[in-house]
Amino acid sequence: MTMIVTLIVAAVTFGTVLMFGTLGEILTEKSGNLNLGVEGIMYMGGAFGLAGAFYYEKAAGLEASGALAIIIAILSAFAAGMVASLIYSFITVTLRANQNVTGLALSIFGTGIGQFVGEFMRVSEGGYVALSNNLKDSFSQTIFPSFLVNIPVIGRILFSHTIFFYLAVILAILMHIFLTKTKRGLYLTAVGESPAVSDAAGINITRYKYLATVIGGGISAIGGMVYIMTTAGCVWNHEGLSGVGWLAVALVIFVMWRPLNAIWGSVLFGAMMIMYLRVSIPFIPTELYKILPYIVTVIVLVLTSMRNSRDKQPPASLGINYFREER
Amino acid sequence: MNDVKTPLFRLAKRDELGRGKVWAIRAGSIIVALILGCIPMLLTGNSPAEAYGVILQGSLSRPIYIKQTVKIAIPLLGCALAIAPCFKMRFWNIGAEGQITMGAVAATFFALNFAKTIPHVPLLAIMFISAAIFGGLWALIPAFFKAKWNTNETLFTLMMNYIAIGIVAYLQGGPWEGRKGSQLIPMFQDSARLPTVLGVHCGWIIVLLLVIAMYLYMNKTKQGFEIAVVGDSVNTARYAGMNVGWVIMRTMFISGAISGVVGFMIVSGANFTLYKGVANGVGFTSITVAWLSQLNSFAMIAISMMLAVLEKGANTLQTRLQVPASIADIITGILLFCMLASEFFINYRLIFRGREKKEVEA
Repeated sequence: MTMIVTLIVAAVTFGTVLMFGTLGEILTEKSGNLNLGVEGIMYMGGAFGLAGAFYYEKAAGLEASGALAIIIAILSAFAAGMVASLIYSFITVTLRANQNVTGLALSIFGTGIGQFVGEFMRVSEGGYVALSNNLKDSFSQTIFPSFLVNIPVIGRILFSHTIFFYLAVILAILMHIFLTKTKRGLYLTAVGESPAVSDAAGINITRYKYLATVIGGGISAIGGMVYIMTTAGCVWNHEGLSGVGWLAVALVIFVMWRPLNAIWGSVLFGAMMIMYLRVSIPFIPTELYKILPYIVTVIVLVLTSMRNSRDKQPPASLGINYFREER
Repeated sequence: MNDVKTPLFRLAKRDELGRGKVWAIRAGSIIVALILGCIPMLLTGNSPAEAYGVILQGSLSRPIYIKQTVKIAIPLLGCALAIAPCFKMRFWNIGAEGQITMGAVAATFFALNFAKTIPHVPLLAIMFISAAIFGGLWALIPAFFKAKWNTNETLFTLMMNYIAIGIVAYLQGGPWEGRKGSQLIPMFQDSARLPTVLGVHCGWIIVLLLVIAMYLYMNKTKQGFEIAVVGDSVNTARYAGMNVGWVIMRTMFISGAISGVVGFMIVSGANFTLYKGVANGVGFTSITVAWLSQLNSFAMIAISMMLAVLEKGANTLQTRLQVPASIADIITGILLFCMLASEFFINYRLIFRGREKKEVEA
């Protein structure tokens, strides 16, 4: 029993990272923009989030407050993601370049920037860049009082996570309400489904595409920050972060562009990512065990493409730029 | 005439620009990218002129540096040639990394098991062919699903990278491990190593031959034409009676085969062993090479050399000026952004409010 609880808690920790990445990309793809740069965006989010918290602590010294550090980390990651997706939006929406290649370029660029910032901090600070233990704890500890956490079984499953998990769940619910219940959300969906019709109906296509992509990029970037500040222990670790952004893109397909599905989808994938550490299966070598999530993703991709129900398809204009003149 | 509601400028499709002008715009975008690349250098407190100087010095100032730079360029060029037909077909193969790795696995299998029994040249030939077949088959898996069910190839090929790398990690620590506990595959014997020509392994001759072959294939053969038609419009291809699924699978096999050969050249010409980082990002960087050269085989030679200079030079930059070597990735990304943006100015022109009348009069 304890082992299952531990597994679930670890899965949620990693799942939170994926959830931010996935939610951001859902918002982006709803507008018809397929942003393949999530990998780069999450790198930038991780590096700038760490930088934000680190330099804040350096400036504030012993009086640094955990809550403020968290807010600064979120804001710096969000800003980094916004800048990255702004580049993407400008090149694809305004300059009409191919979305696939632009996304790949952003991946290369973003991983480069993330690495550069992470390395530069290490060199300029003369070695090890890490937060003090006090601040580290505020990133990795739960916000609930210990009597709730100490409830047998349920306590740890429900109340022992970091603040980021609860933020991600709230975000997923808000995004669900936004997309299905509000006028702007429905407009956004319309833009992704048929830009030509939305344009004729007087919706400002460019504005919706820009806003959805830029805010979506910001949300994805928070995922990278969460990875660095929780799983990686507040130290720049590019190896652990590599591939996470791509998994998030795959997850968007897996959860069928629905924010609420992203909650359990991310935790499920989080479980697969860390299972080799916790549950050993006899006769299967660890290295082969580690590729499990990727094999599952491939199977999911194939199964999704085979099923043909109408409500489980991507936004109809996904990946295609809209040229009013060529309507 | 100047209505207040007329927008400041509007867009119009350009007529075909002259070839010289098009390449001038592209060359200009590279220069803009190199200027933008100064920003991170300035932010880290280095003079861009000095930094670019170090990059050039570290990659081209001595014969040995040039050899090392060429060694970096060989797989980039080979892999860009592999990717070009896929991208021409609008099939987003980002799985070259995995195809390289699987080609390297096949070559390594023969290098480890038959180095003593088979003589030098036949062994290299077997390694070459098996790497091509293995890389091709690895690429065929996503192509099959794309052809059959239109499965998203971008993510599929990408996931295949991680799977291929995982398999090598397993071989490294398991069945092919040399000394127990070393997590390393033994070094190849001399008979499994590519000979050197002019100081660099002869892979450079192979890729230069491939440049010509790919140029002819894409521009002078029926299959190359089919790839171009499928890339332009799948429907047109169908109306013309082409079997689109077959074209996709055939092209991907060829692409994977070339990547596989690149993997063979890396293990047999450069590393002399196999480890999980064998592809080392080549599969991704070569996407840049292919796109920057507009899928033109001959332009790829120059672009792959340029990126190799950047990568080799960035390492010198790191040791000399403490600028992180990932500056190479940043500049590569900026190069791609600028190139993508420049296409806009090649295809469209801006017409400013009020200018139109004058143009008509003139």
